[in-house]
Amino acid sequence: MNNNQIIDKDATKTKIYYALSFVAVLIIAILFTFPLYWTITGAFKTGREINATSPVWIPSEWVIENFQRLMAKRSAPILGWKIGNLTIGAATIPGAIRWLLNTVFMCVTSMVLTCLTSAMAGYVLAKKRFIGRVALFSLVVCAMALPKQVILIPLLREMNALHLADTAWAVIFPIVGWPFGVFLLKQFAEGVPTEMMEACRIDGANEWRTFTDVIFPMIKPGVGACAIFTFISAWNDYFMQLIMLTSNQKLSIAVGIATMQGESSTDYGLLMAGAALASVPIIIVFLIFQKYFTKGITMGAVKG
Amino acid sequence: MNAKANSRSRKLVLRETVSSYLFLLPFLLFFVLFVIYPMFMCVFTSFFDSTMGREDIFIGFENYKTLFADKVFWIALKNTMVIVLVSVPITCAFSLWVASVISKMHVVATSAFRCIFYLPVVTGSVAVTMVWKWMYNNYYGIFNYLGTNMGLIDKNINWLGDPKYALGCIILILLTTSVGQPIVLYVSALDNVDKSLVEAAAVDGATSFQAFWKVKWPQMMPTTLYILVITMINSFQCFALIQLLTQGGPSNSTMTIMFYIYYNAFKLFKYGYGNAMGVILAIIIAILSAIQFKVAEEK
Repeated sequence: MNNNQIIDKDATKTKIYYALSFVAVLIIAILFTFPLYWTITGAFKTGREINATSPVWIPSEWVIENFQRLMAKRSAPILGWKIGNLTIGAATIPGAIRWLLNTVFMCVTSMVLTCLTSAMAGYVLAKKRFIGRVALFSLVVCAMALPKQVILIPLLREMNALHLADTAWAVIFPIVGWPFGVFLLKQFAEGVPTEMMEACRIDGANEWRTFTDVIFPMIKPGVGACAIFTFISAWNDYFMQLIMLTSNQKLSIAVGIATMQGESSTDYGLLMAGAALASVPIIIVFLIFQKYFTKGITMGAVKG
Repeated sequence: MNAKANSRSRKLVLRETVSSYLFLLPFLLFFVLFVIYPMFMCVFTSFFDSTMGREDIFIGFENYKTLFADKVFWIALKNTMVIVLVSVPITCAFSLWVASVISKMHVVATSAFRCIFYLPVVTGSVAVTMVWKWMYNNYYGIFNYLGTNMGLIDKNINWLGDPKYALGCIILILLTTSVGQPIVLYVSALDNVDKSLVEAAAVDGATSFQAFWKVKWPQMMPTTLYILVITMINSFQCFALIQLLTQGGPSNSTMTIMFYIYYNAFKLFKYGYGNAMGVILAIIIAILSAIQFKVAEEK
């Protein structure tokens, strides 16, 4: 009887705690979405409402003037490939659109290359016993713990020497070399039963066939997680893009918008339009694939 | 094990090794060329006087000597440590609390909240920074508007231009962009806690707070350790916020090591000096990670 009373009392206390916590989390969550709300509404506000000393919480009229100014600000050739005297795709488009296309190209290419190389490497690290395996895996883990940005100085000089600086490849290659994907897909490949591989060997399939026809389909959820993870981190890899890309037509959207901020630092309407353009596409990608993404984060965590 | 089987298995291992390295080749190509080689070069060049357009000159430990005598470096180190010491515990505690609350909810609500807290990470540092810059603005920012109207401050504050507040403002933005991943990790760690142990504790009359701290918390130790390390590395690398908002100013009050490296290497073109700083930063991070692992192991 007495014991029951204690439990009841504890239960009510717990309930009150959770009710209060829920309200608090809800309020904080609303505050977390506020910057995004402020960016998007700001992008559509008139100059007068942007610079109002008492904030306009909801725009009284929605205008696209900020985006028009953003598009008019700079221009760049749509492709601008030079072959001898010939220039392919010399027609100009707004700079911001070109930056967006550049960014998509960098993200997609890094994503595809990372997934392929990591799936192959992750598979053998998980399933094969070969000489140097332990050493290689330790190297992978150590590299992951190091601050990535520290290597940017030598990386830039290397890219200069390879004549890759100021091209998309200078951003893509270091992303592909970053071992997080390998680590992630090794975790997934460990879940593949060894009997499957033995069955393949008995059926006479060679190593490559085993990988493409049996292993790859089985680690597909992992590859999905790796893909979305690489895409989002490539999109937001601002420091690397800033160092590697210099000419106007090669910029990524993040660096392009940041450069604009340098030129017109208090034109918040323009800046919000740029910020919205840089972030809304990636947010949409994230929301569509967030299931894979969360899986990637949890599987990629070093266990123990 | 007899000799025959041994030699056969050795042959097998050798064959596996060859085929394995063929699979590893594409990754190793990128890994060695664009991660390992630059890492090595970072250490190597730190012993040289290295800049644009001329050969490097070997100077031994000169860069390191200059570094330890550089006042700005020590300010940057101090600021970086402040950022780490403030943001790491707050991030961990906050995300544990949020995760413990949202993991009790319906699946849909849990994932909705998880998304919301992850949004600032996905949005990207440039877009996030710009809107915060506007919110902190001296005349049009909402912080000053709310502060003066609610009577918290008596006149507008130049948040980012005042050495007293600038670093705090940076830390606040950093916090919003760093809780996303820990929350995801804690939610899944809470899901994976051994349910039978929690039930057993309840049968023995443990309150739910006791059950949390005595049963769930120890099981989440590996996750906590991982979160501590990644949050720490993340805080050490805080760069975009500084570069876009304050450039280390006013009067070096927001100068961090990462920004000082950038400033030296890419504005003053002192590559060797920047690399020396990078090496020191990597050593500091390695030591702190090792300490965290050691402490966790003992517990």
